[in-house]
Amino acid sequence: MSQSPLPPVVIGAGPAGIRAAVTLARHGLSPILLDESPRPGGQIYRQPPAGPGQRSASELYGFEAAKATAIHQALAPYADRIDYRPDTLVWNVERGALDLLSNGRTATLAYHSLIFATGATDRVLPMPGWTMPGVFTLGGAQIALKAQGCGIGSTVVFLGTGPLLYLIAYQYAKAGATVAAVLDTSAFGLRIKHLPGLLALPKVLAKGLYYTAWLKAYGVPVYTGITPVRAEGNERVASVIWQDSAGRQQHTACDGLGIGYGLRPETQLADMAGCAFSFNPLDRAWLPDRDSAGRSSLAGVYLAGDGAGITGADAAEVGGERAALALLQDQGATIDPSRVAVLEKRMAAFVRFRTALLQAFPLPAARWAETVSDDLVLCRCEEITAGDLRATVRKDQPRDLNRLKALSRIGMGRCQGRMCGAAAAELLAHQHGCAVNDIARIRPQTPIKPIPIGVTPENTP
Amino acid sequence: MSRLIEADVAIVGGGIVGGSAALFLARAGKKVVLLERDRCGSRASGVNYGGVRRQGRAPQQLPLAQRSHALWGQLPDLIGEDGEYVRSGHLKLARSPQDMAVLEAYAAQVADYGLGLQLLSAHELRQMFPMIGDKAVGGSLCPEDGHANPRLVSPAFSRAATAAGATIIEGAPVSEVEQTSSGFRLRSVAQDLTVTAPVLLNCAGAWSGALAARLGETLPISAAHPLMAVTEPLPAFLPVSIGVEGGGVYGRQVTRGNFIFGGGRGIPHPVSGNAPVPDFARPERGALVNLLQQAAELFPDLAGATIIRSWSGVEAYTPDHEPIIGPSSTIPGLFHACGFSGAGFQTGPAVGAVLADLVMSGQSVTPIAAFSADRFR
Amino acid sequence: MSLLIRYAEQSRPSVRFFLDGQAVSALAGDTLLTAVLTVRERLRTTEFTGSPRAGFCMMGACQDCWVQVRRGDGPVQRLRACSTLLEADMSLSTTSAPPPVIAEEPKP
Ligand SMILES: Cc1cc2nc3c(=O)[nH]c(=O)nc-3n(C[C@H](O)[C@H](O)[C@H](O)COP(=O)(O)OP(=O)(O)OC[C@H]3O[C@@H](n4cnc5c(N)ncnc54)[C@H](O)[C@@H]3O)c2cc1C
Ligand SMILES: Cc1cc2nc3c(=O)[nH]c(=O)nc-3n(C[C@H](O)[C@H](O)[C@H](O)COP(=O)(O)OP(=O)(O)OC[C@H]3O[C@@H](n4cnc5c(N)ncnc54)[C@H](O)[C@@H]3O)c2cc1C
Ligand code: FES
Repeated sequence: MSQSPLPPVVIGAGPAGIRAAVTLARHGLSPILLDESPRPGGQIYRQPPAGPGQRSASELYGFEAAKATAIHQALAPYADRIDYRPDTLVWNVERGALDLLSNGRTATLAYHSLIFATGATDRVLPMPGWTMPGVFTLGGAQIALKAQGCGIGSTVVFLGTGPLLYLIAYQYAKAGATVAAVLDTSAFGLRIKHLPGLLALPKVLAKGLYYTAWLKAYGVPVYTGITPVRAEGNERVASVIWQDSAGRQQHTACDGLGIGYGLRPETQLADMAGCAFSFNPLDRAWLPDRDSAGRSSLAGVYLAGDGAGITGADAAEVGGERAALALLQDQGATIDPSRVAVLEKRMAAFVRFRTALLQAFPLPAARWAETVSDDLVLCRCEEITAGDLRATVRKDQPRDLNRLKALSRIGMGRCQGRMCGAAAAELLAHQHGCAVNDIARIRPQTPIKPIPIGVTPENTP
Repeated sequence: MSRLIEADVAIVGGGIVGGSAALFLARAGKKVVLLERDRCGSRASGVNYGGVRRQGRAPQQLPLAQRSHALWGQLPDLIGEDGEYVRSGHLKLARSPQDMAVLEAYAAQVADYGLGLQLLSAHELRQMFPMIGDKAVGGSLCPEDGHANPRLVSPAFSRAATAAGATIIEGAPVSEVEQTSSGFRLRSVAQDLTVTAPVLLNCAGAWSGALAARLGETLPISAAHPLMAVTEPLPAFLPVSIGVEGGGVYGRQVTRGNFIFGGGRGIPHPVSGNAPVPDFARPERGALVNLLQQAAELFPDLAGATIIRSWSGVEAYTPDHEPIIGPSSTIPGLFHACGFSGAGFQTGPAVGAVLADLVMSGQSVTPIAAFSADRFR
Repeated sequence: MSLLIRYAEQSRPSVRFFLDGQAVSALAGDTLLTAVLTVRERLRTTEFTGSPRAGFCMMGACQDCWVQVRRGDGPVQRLRACSTLLEADMSLSTTSAPPPVIAEEPKP
């Protein structure tokens, strides 16, 4: 096989990236695996810092303990093959090379082949009060518990939509918190409607039903079809005001609030590398184009896991392995066609499931955009309000998020639109009465996350 | 639906230069049509460093810079907003006695132009600007120079021009241009639009050379890409805009706290394609890391701060780094204003005013002979 | 008052650090964010309106948790609280003021 002189590079040591790296190693390559986190596992299988008093896998990951352990241990047998570099942020891609930040030093790493397995983070829609201490993302609430043994409060509310809402409520209740309410913006009827698609993965569906049943059995109030009104409190959250499905205003006291509306993929690096993107109406987001094996529009560049479209942890493992096989195949290696067939069949089921899931738990974008008030802060970093956005629209008629960004600063802060991007897109499209895919996407800028001015290049003594 | 507009003046390019020209001409009662292929102020004029500085310009540019200085002083009247323009002062630092000698010589050379330069010894510098690291041995302060937000200022020129009666069409790349018996005919295929006018202003920035070439005239315009970066918002530490003799790094802190700094060069973007002038530019890693080091050296307290974005832009350069402003010597009715070589934001408003002078009366109140394209022949 | 509540792994060893000059303690393995929010209700205030913030995503995405930190008499660094582990005797600031240098305690 004509092996390229540079080792393949995998970005992200979550389930997708780990499976990709292991697959490459099993086929005789020596990949470099880069991850910003200190320990392998990615988001779902995130590990607490090593040390005395650590919880067991089953305490940490529940039903997923076996999978989590398998992922955590997957690298060890290939320790001499896989150059695993934790605590390493990839902050730039440019002309066939990556820029890495680790321990205050920056280094450049050239690649010929590259797998993006950068995962996802929460997608949020702002609501009044969402910047107050005590309000976290759903994923953040879970990470606090998983990686730090901490909860976001003792009486908590989870608001938004998606399966994570129920899982996290269950995890908090089990940990000993009082879950005052689970508030789902999606109507229950949508779940019934999309049941056939959800049956594509009966075991995953069963788990979801289990969490819901458990919450019910333990008396956790669950409301569907709700509309968030605001979070209230004096410099920290004290209650949530919301409207039930019948339109009645409700008030739930809490000292912690988790919000989230599914996930958004981390696509900045793929974008910067020059991968072609298309708008995906299911995700209501721009995703890098890929074939069923994970090949991007660029030769030698592959995509796997949630970073290329939200499909979940099991699919991330399959996608990681499939992308690695595609890379191997493209480099002339012999791969097992029956394995490819198995992976593609499993992936097809994940895609059916994902399609139903995203329809059962949709982003309540239209309702949100219609009702958002001028004083609501959309951009946490720059503290830009919906009113600022509307004023910019009146003044300049920006038809593109980047123009909006240039004129209003929305998406221009430290997070580069990770938290406000979805909201800004929905509101801009709403102001113009156009589709959200007609206003382009925020261009990522180097560095994709803040880096210190005092960085030293690696070759400096 | 195909459209035909007959105008007195056609302008190609809605940067600060084209926008300002449109504004002054519309105010003077001309029927102006400006075609911008993207959004007005989205290119060099909207992504630059925002330095509104006269200090350091060659003496022949100073009358123009002084005229612009006066216009910047009336910005809200001119464009309807302040554009975050502040007269913070511009401080040029010397890192060696030789560099200090250069600053002193410059101050003597431009003494008659009214810049009000103040030469500062190392001691005075330390007293007035204690945040500056000990790499600097002295400096030259131009108290009335300053900075502004280019993302706000440049689009506002075109908006003001529209308000004054100009027709501004965005998303209208001029794809064909030809000379006719009565002037010029421009086509924008994308808009199915034809514009005819006896007078044509070439304000197409880095793409001005390409426009001139279509009319058979050669302008020595090349593109380069100044590199910029910005930190997170920081507590106020730097009251002036900073430059360094010999180049390398320059920086300013905006009211919101971000420190914006530049130096070095980015690269064309997308990288592919062999067009002499690319559509966009992006940062380059080596230059960026070098820029960070230079900034940390100049401001030791910045080392712990982070940068949150970097960018670059496509700017037109001439061989002698002085602009080309004035009538074409081969094509009657055609005027060029381009090649500002990294310094056309400050002068932009006055260049527009000069173009309006030229169209209205055939001559500019401000001396521009030094900027004739003929100097390259 | 604290914002975060510990539900597990409370037996980890205690670690002393300084918050706005005051000695406080957290547990080994805490991120800066956990360490601060188990003793305080806020992590920082915003630059533009001065409103209190306490992080948001806990996974290095929202960038709403950057704080100023000093080790010993070293320079002030800005670190992302949710993805930086606490070290003993770090001096942290929850305001825009830089964290103070903590004077050595006189040896008995
Ligand atoms: C808090 C949270 C909880 C979740 N819970 C579930 C669940 O219960 N069930 C489920 O099916 N799905 C869940 N998901 C979805 C989950 O993201 C995926 O299912 C799964 O983790 C995807 O795996 P991945 O390998 O694609 O990405 P991830 O697991 O997200 O891993 C991506 C990795 O890439 C690294 N990375 C990203 N960008 C860079 C960069 N620039 N430089 C260096 N490293 C980088 C990250 O640090 C991370 O470790 C959850 C997601 C989140 C955020
Ligand atoms: C990063 C950077 C930093 C800088 N810093 C400073 C500074 O601090 N101070 C300073 O004084 N100057 C600075 N400059 C220089 C300054 O920005 C430029 O000199 C000035 O903006 C030029 O204005 P312009 O209108 O000629 O060009 P542009 O703003 O580039 O405008 C030209 C316009 O023409 C349009 N166009 C081109 N071809 C066509 C066509 N065929 N049809 C229709 N439209 C067309 C383009 O889309 C563009 O909008 C900097 C430049 C850059 C790039
Ligand atoms: S809490 Fe979001 S980046 Fe730290």
